[in-house]
Amino acid sequence: MAGVLVVLEQRSGTLKSVSHEVLGAARTLADELGVEVHALAIGPAGLKVDGLGEYGADKVLCCRSDELELYQASRYAGLASGLADANGYQIVMLATTALGKDLGPRIAAKLGAPIAGDLTHISGNDGLVVMRPVFAGKATSTLKITSTPCVLSVRPNAFATGCVARDGIVEDVSPGDSGAGAQAVTIAVKEPEKAVLDVAEASIVVSGGRGLKEAEHFQLVEELASALGGAVGASRAVVDAGWRPHSEQVGQTGKTVSPNLYIAIGISGAIQHLAGMRTSKVIVAINRDQDAPIFKVADYGIVGDLFAVVPRLTEEIKKVRGG
Amino acid sequence: MKIAVCVKRVPDTETRIKVGADGRSIDEGGVKFVLNPFDEFAVEEALKLKEQSGEGEVVIISMGGDSGQETIRTALAMGADRGVLLKTDAKPVDPLVTARVLASEVEQGGYDLVLFGKQAVDDESHAVGPMVGELLGLASVSAITRLELAGGKGTAEREVEGATEVVEFSLPAVLTAEKGLNEPRYPALRGIMLAKKKPLEVKDVELDEEGMVVVELALPQSRKEGRIVGEGPDAVPILIDALKNEAKVI
Ligand SMILES: Cc1cc2nc3c(=O)[nH]c(=O)nc-3n(C[C@H](O)[C@H](O)[C@H](O)COP(=O)(O)OP(=O)(O)OC[C@H]3O[C@@H](n4cnc5c(N)ncnc54)[C@H](O)[C@@H]3O)c2cc1C
Ligand SMILES: Nc1ncnc2c1ncn2[C@@H]1O[C@H](COP(=O)(O)O)[C@@H](O)[C@H]1O
Repeated sequence: MAGVLVVLEQRSGTLKSVSHEVLGAARTLADELGVEVHALAIGPAGLKVDGLGEYGADKVLCCRSDELELYQASRYAGLASGLADANGYQIVMLATTALGKDLGPRIAAKLGAPIAGDLTHISGNDGLVVMRPVFAGKATSTLKITSTPCVLSVRPNAFATGCVARDGIVEDVSPGDSGAGAQAVTIAVKEPEKAVLDVAEASIVVSGGRGLKEAEHFQLVEELASALGGAVGASRAVVDAGWRPHSEQVGQTGKTVSPNLYIAIGISGAIQHLAGMRTSKVIVAINRDQDAPIFKVADYGIVGDLFAVVPRLTEEIKKVRGG
Repeated sequence: MKIAVCVKRVPDTETRIKVGADGRSIDEGGVKFVLNPFDEFAVEEALKLKEQSGEGEVVIISMGGDSGQETIRTALAMGADRGVLLKTDAKPVDPLVTARVLASEVEQGGYDLVLFGKQAVDDESHAVGPMVGELLGLASVSAITRLELAGGKGTAEREVEGATEVVEFSLPAVLTAEKGLNEPRYPALRGIMLAKKKPLEVKDVELDEEGMVVVELALPQSRKEGRIVGEGPDAVPILIDALKNEAKVI
């Protein structure tokens, strides 16, 4: 029985690892419901989809066309909702990423279905029950989904990738009508000159705040991040001051991150900042004020002048990581 | 240019959340409510576009209880022309239900642009804007950080992980605003005085049945107590040891 349709995500013809997490979550749910997991891969002609069975897909529906290399919102939504309609999937799943946040609601609207996003738990044992953070993570809402089909979007880094191998038979599906005449078309994806690791995707994030005093001093943060192989993040105060781009802001009006390690440097820990990083696995704070609220959520803290502590930390990390 | 901006009344971001007696919603006692921060970017963009084109109307639309009038007045004080409150005491959690009500209001208005915030900071659904776009069959782009309009067409940029998408679209269109699009203005005293006299229509609305129900609203588990490993650079080796051998993250 066709049960769960997972919409995968790709960039430049390579599937994103977050899609494996969605497959893992879908596999667990599908086993509870006794249904199959089908994956939908939309992308360019050269899109690679082998091996998805290992992540739990019973079948892989593959829609390849060079016109679909970039994310085309209404076409992607039309393809996913069309298949969901035609094959009678009860549940459409995807990741709460920049793409998923846009695509999920569109699919739901086309299906006339409810959508629950940013899910951290899903259970199919007693009806369909999901959990999601609300009020910037200050509360958790448990919801019972009462109508099908429905759309579920899962928070990155919240679900393990599955290891139950399935067939993962690949079946091509038609890309349908061309995009000619579409009302909105993605014409380009601008990549920065130097590729940057995004805070929302990094497993280690090193963030700096107003304690750095000047934009130039962010070099300290960059050096530590690069020694750790992590991404640079920022508080809103330094983004609004124009020291760092908006894309690096962590918090309620920035990005929500859940890395394995989050290091906050010269950040006080305002409630709106905590909203974006409190679910990180391990939090380290470096601040000269021992009463700074950031220490309340930190697993490990160093009280002291960041200009003395951070260079030493970078040096020691390089030794540990053999670099 | 006729522009609609959909705005939501939400708890201030400083609010300490308490769970209400029903165990399914927040205790609103003592909570300060504000115009959703992302909706401020949408209102600002609408006002800028109207100012640039030198003509047009900015209409603020909000669905919710009577107190939503106050939120609409905040946007009117920023400079919008008139407001519509789609009145209901229900607080739907299913974004489709909200999207349907807003879509049917917007559909009748003959708008060139319909603006939303990227997400409401209470339910955090980031869904209503693109849903309205699909329901109305209009061009739509979500979470935009840059917008240019010329001759019935527009170009918007939206940030994705580590890159920026550039989207071209035709008007009428539905757009949702991300931080970075602009710097919202503060309502000036004169604006606040003028806003009191601006038209605000209140319409009762009926909602569809929701496809989900809240079973429980709970506070998240608090993090387990951490520790200060030491002071100054001498504490660095202790930290390294803890990260390596205790937390095992490096
Ligand atoms: C609607 C709304 C939304 C918001 N959204 C966000 C958001 O998404 N993200 C966000 O971050 N903020 C957000 N804020 C802003 C938030 O309230 C704080 O103003 C902001 O987080 C403070 O940034 P900061 O910690 O860098 O600066 P500060 O609060 O000024 O803290 C600087 C810290 O550096 C320490 N320090 C100074 N010098 C040194 C030194 N030499 N060595 C070590 N430590 C030092 C100080 O002790 C202090 O703790 C929002 C606010 C509002 C109203
Ligand atoms: N009750 C409402 N009334 C008017 N606009 C709303 C309402 N709920 C949501 N919106 C709009 O939809 C956006 C996204 O909300 P959400 O999908 O709930 O995160 C908000 O920023 C508002 O612009």
